[in-house]
Amino acid sequence: MIKAILIFNNHGKPRLSKFYEHYNEDTEQQIIRETFHLVSKRDENVCNFLEGGMLIGGSENRLIYRHYATLYFVFCVDSSESELGILDLIQVFVETLDKCFENVCELDLIFHVDKVHNILAEMVMGGMVLETNMNEIIIQVDAQNKMEKSETFIFQSPRQDR
Amino acid sequence: MALKIVKGSIDRMFDKNLQDLVRGIRNHKEDEAKYISTCIDEIKQELKQDNIAVKANAVCKLTYLQMLGYDVSWAAFNIVEVMSSSKFTYKRIGYLAASQCFHESTDVIMLTTNQIRKDLSSPNQYDTGVALTGLSCFVTPDLARDLANDIMTLMSHTKPYIRKKAVLIMYKVFLKYPESLRPAFPRLKEKLEDPDPGVQSAAVNVICELARRNPKNYLSLAPLFFKLMTSSTNNWVLIKIIKLFGALTPLEPRLGKKLIEPLTNLIHSTSAMSLLYECVNTVIAVLISLSSGMPNHSASIQVSFSRHAHAFVLKYLGLLAMSKILKTHPKSVQSHKDLILQCLDDKDESIRLRALDLLYGMVSKKNLMEIVKKLMLHVDKAEGTTYRDELLTKIIDICSQSNYQYITNFEWYISILVELTRLEGTRHGHLIASQMLDVAIRVKAIRAFAVSQMATLLDNAHLLTGNTQRNGICEVLYAAAWICGEFSEHLEDPMATLEAMLRPKVATLPGHIQAVYVQNAAKLFATVLRGQEGAPADSTVAQETSQLLIDRLPLFVQSSNLEVQERASCILQLVKYIQKLQQKDVEVAEEVTALFAGELNPVAPKAQKKVPVPEGLDLDAWINEPPSGSESEDEGRKSKGKAVFAKEESRHTKPRYTEVDEKELAKRREVRKAEQANNPFYIKASPSSQKVYQDGVGVEHIPVVQIDLSVPLKVPGMPMSDQYVKLEEERREKNKADKKKKKDKKREKGEKGRRRRADSGPESEEDITPAHMVDIVTEEMPENALPSDDDDKDPNDPHKLSANGLIDYEKSHGIHFGIRMVQSVCCGFACKSICWAPCVNTAGYGVDRPPHYLSPHPSLAPLLQVCDIQGNLQDGSQVVVSVIFENKCDSFIKSMEFNVLDSLNSKLQRHDGAGPHDGLTVPFQLPPGISNEARFIFSVQNIVMPQKLKGTLTFIVKTDDSSTHEKLDFKLHFTCTSYLITTPCYSDAYSKLLESGDLKGCSLKLEGVNQPFHHLLARICFHHHFSVVERIDSCASMYSRSIQGHHVCLLVKTADQTVSIDAKCDEPALLGNVLDEIKLTFSQC
Repeated sequence: MIKAILIFNNHGKPRLSKFYEHYNEDTEQQIIRETFHLVSKRDENVCNFLEGGMLIGGSENRLIYRHYATLYFVFCVDSSESELGILDLIQVFVETLDKCFENVCELDLIFHVDKVHNILAEMVMGGMVLETNMNEIIIQVDAQNKMEKSETFIFQSPRQDR
Repeated sequence: MALKIVKGSIDRMFDKNLQDLVRGIRNHKEDEAKYISTCIDEIKQELKQDNIAVKANAVCKLTYLQMLGYDVSWAAFNIVEVMSSSKFTYKRIGYLAASQCFHESTDVIMLTTNQIRKDLSSPNQYDTGVALTGLSCFVTPDLARDLANDIMTLMSHTKPYIRKKAVLIMYKVFLKYPESLRPAFPRLKEKLEDPDPGVQSAAVNVICELARRNPKNYLSLAPLFFKLMTSSTNNWVLIKIIKLFGALTPLEPRLGKKLIEPLTNLIHSTSAMSLLYECVNTVIAVLISLSSGMPNHSASIQVSFSRHAHAFVLKYLGLLAMSKILKTHPKSVQSHKDLILQCLDDKDESIRLRALDLLYGMVSKKNLMEIVKKLMLHVDKAEGTTYRDELLTKIIDICSQSNYQYITNFEWYISILVELTRLEGTRHGHLIASQMLDVAIRVKAIRAFAVSQMATLLDNAHLLTGNTQRNGICEVLYAAAWICGEFSEHLEDPMATLEAMLRPKVATLPGHIQAVYVQNAAKLFATVLRGQEGAPADSTVAQETSQLLIDRLPLFVQSSNLEVQERASCILQLVKYIQKLQQKDVEVAEEVTALFAGELNPVAPKAQKKVPVPEGLDLDAWINEPPSGSESEDEGRKSKGKAVFAKEESRHTKPRYTEVDEKELAKRREVRKAEQANNPFYIKASPSSQKVYQDGVGVEHIPVVQIDLSVPLKVPGMPMSDQYVKLEEERREKNKADKKKKKDKKREKGEKGRRRRADSGPESEEDITPAHMVDIVTEEMPENALPSDDDDKDPNDPHKLSANGLIDYEKSHGIHFGIRMVQSVCCGFACKSICWAPCVNTAGYGVDRPPHYLSPHPSLAPLLQVCDIQGNLQDGSQVVVSVIFENKCDSFIKSMEFNVLDSLNSKLQRHDGAGPHDGLTVPFQLPPGISNEARFIFSVQNIVMPQKLKGTLTFIVKTDDSSTHEKLDFKLHFTCTSYLITTPCYSDAYSKLLESGDLKGCSLKLEGVNQPFHHLLARICFHHHFSVVERIDSCASMYSRSIQGHHVCLLVKTADQTVSIDAKCDEPALLGNVLDEIKLTFSQC
């Protein structure tokens, strides 16, 4: 099971937080902070795994992260997940974002966090991996975006509405 | 209607959308919180409108604010409204918001059941999908129960997109509503063979999660999974299945045999590292479950694994996997020794530590020397004290494991230990010391060698004690002094060693080490005397030796440490007496030697248990009449019995003590206390509370100073361990040749339990014979010990250290020393009890420090001066207060008792069992004009506020004819500064800290300060325990840390007599107080 997915930048500012277990807002912020502290002090060329922090489940859980330019992608998982598998999954996630936003950068994530959530929802559902095939994910995301666009179109032209 | 919609959309154009909100927040970096609170007000207005588009927009913004940490649960009902919109766009926004902030105790959730059911059966697959995704995050037991059937139907939906989501969410439903598992399981199993790979993968996911909780129930699915494993090409699915098999194989060994082949195929064919790793992991699990083992396979895996092991990502996992293999197949791991040693060079500390763990299990007689040699190289190279300390403990662990099973050459080991003493600033001096003692005592054959090494160590003691007392390495001198004294017959030049032990520099060592020095100097003295009298050259030499002691010992008699003082004065009198006898040409050597006669043997951990209880002694019987009322329960009696004894004792002792006059009584009490606290041989019940270690303050930041000595570090006469490695190799070669002629008889194998051998050790290792007659001394048993048939292993036996019967050194020896000490005292030489030499305070605390912390009564005699209030870093709740007591009157002051009225927040730490109003006895007396320092420990809970504690000092002023009780009131002022500890901080760490945004700011302006800037900084550093991080012109950044880990950062700027201090700290209250105190400091000057 994946316990949480966090994206934050090099300064620890959250860009996306998805917790698959409930915590209150303060604890969530604390977890983000703590995770950032753990991850940010590591060198670029050391391994991508570390034991979980105090707050999120303790030693049973591991943090698996990748660092892309200004962003950290951190998955907190329990022992049922394969470490290297999750590492690949992060890669898939980032590549998907790259396809959907066309050369994704931090600003895309800042302004379109809702879209990022929608993409993530096609990959991971309730802490379990739903789909790892990038093409399949993109097809579903595109189809939903198309639907949304058609609705907006209907909405903005009152003549066609009703 | 149309008009209303048009109006709504126009309204909407003026509303902020999510992008506007984000932009707004970014533009208001200064007052973000204020901006957001206005935005929330706007959102509240928007939510009140009827237009669903406006509401959805508001909810979307709330979702963003939730991520930033704002509680949005108040909008839960509006979220439900948006969720139930007929439009997909809004529905999705609503479900996203719900998934982010709904949880089991959100009460509006029960309103959603019907809406979700409607969405699940929607003709639009994405409506269903969105509902399922949302539900997966906030499903409650009620929702699970009500919707289980609907979801189960969806599992056979025509669209694979719905099927896979439905299958996946079933796991969440099972968790919340376990009754649904049974009816749903057949369908779930069906989905394992679904034509769509996505659905298949989802089903595998769910079953793997279920199986992890209870693997046994899913064994029946093994064939199905086996089929999937050989047919599937989806790496994710394969990983999951292989992980599942890893959990199943321990339950079904037959499975393992079947798995090996397809797994090895996968290992060789796959290019995905993740899959490869999981395969290897499972193969290991399989191999462990098959007790027979399959060496060929494991070898091939090893090869393929090490091929990849250079990739740093894999290193960590590889090492983890190896530690698993090591448990069962040590040999196959040993061949990768070089690889693991390479890992020690890795930059990542977690990899290095893993590698160290592995090494521990890998050593054998053959490779021990080589491995330790490599480790020693790393010790030299290692930066960072923590890692170096870790290396040091590992080296000692590796060597001493299983009762020194792997050491063939103890001379080598001793020289390794000696080399380790050259580590600067390690905290593990006592560890090295105890190893030295242990080896020297138990391996008789190398005592001579050990003694010669220790003598050189003592001779070069200045190298060890180099810069500071707090250097933990000086502990080894304790061992060195004891070994030289105890086995002094092996010393080549006892006279020289004696001289080395009595150098004035010794007085700077910690008390317990000095005590050992003094005691063992006496032992050496005995040896020297015997040597000189054996050869009747001239008696003047013998008398010179005595004179040396008489000259040097007074130094120790003056020591402030009671133990040292007592021993020194005792021995001094003894030597004086001996000298008198010598002058009369009386042969004294024999009698002096008799003082220390007796062979010291280690005691077996079970010795005490083996002593038979003498006939007629019933340990459970009452000595006194049991007090009435204790005849309750049997178990109750035992525990009560103890308490009764304690009472009984004190009742008996009390009247006895009153007969003794008061002075004697106080003295005795103090002697006893000091002895218990300082006697290294005394088995302490709990660590003495008076010991205050000040080291360890941010150890890793203390720059390690390279000693720049003109003398080469390779101390003459100290052999290097390296040469032993060579010697050992040569010896082994020779041994091999000799082996056929001689049967290996070298080691005594006689008694059982003497030394446990590796019963499974490879045969080749047995060939390696130890270099010496290594007679690991058997543990002494009492003469009338019972036969050891009842070797029952009692896990609670406090004397038992390990299954191998390794001696608990401190305990068993402590008893021995204790006994012999008593003997020597009884020997008949009268010695004066302690003489109270004036205690000179050598600590050197600044006299110029203004005593502004205290307000003593001016007219009274002793002056109390609180010279330092310092936090204890090791314990975030302790503060050490050093107090200098100075006797300014002409009379003798004694029986000082220090007491402080505890507040809720701060308490004086007293001895166990003392009440909150009992005072602490100051451990010294003060002759006129003398001052001395005492330390008291306070436990503090809250450190953000300064506080004042009221206290009293009671004491007796003794004049020639009378003595009067006096009292002195004082106040202790715990400033917030005293909770700060000077901690160095590097500028990069500092800037990171400031960037992190966790610190809150505050600032201060000081007018009219006309001091040079560096004076100003020095004042802040000195009075407020700060350290300068960086200084540029008239601007400096400073750092300090509180004992509870608060960071305090200052930015000090100066211009035209005005000093501005910008400060940041994660605890605003603490910061405010510290700034106030800084202000005070500058206003006083």
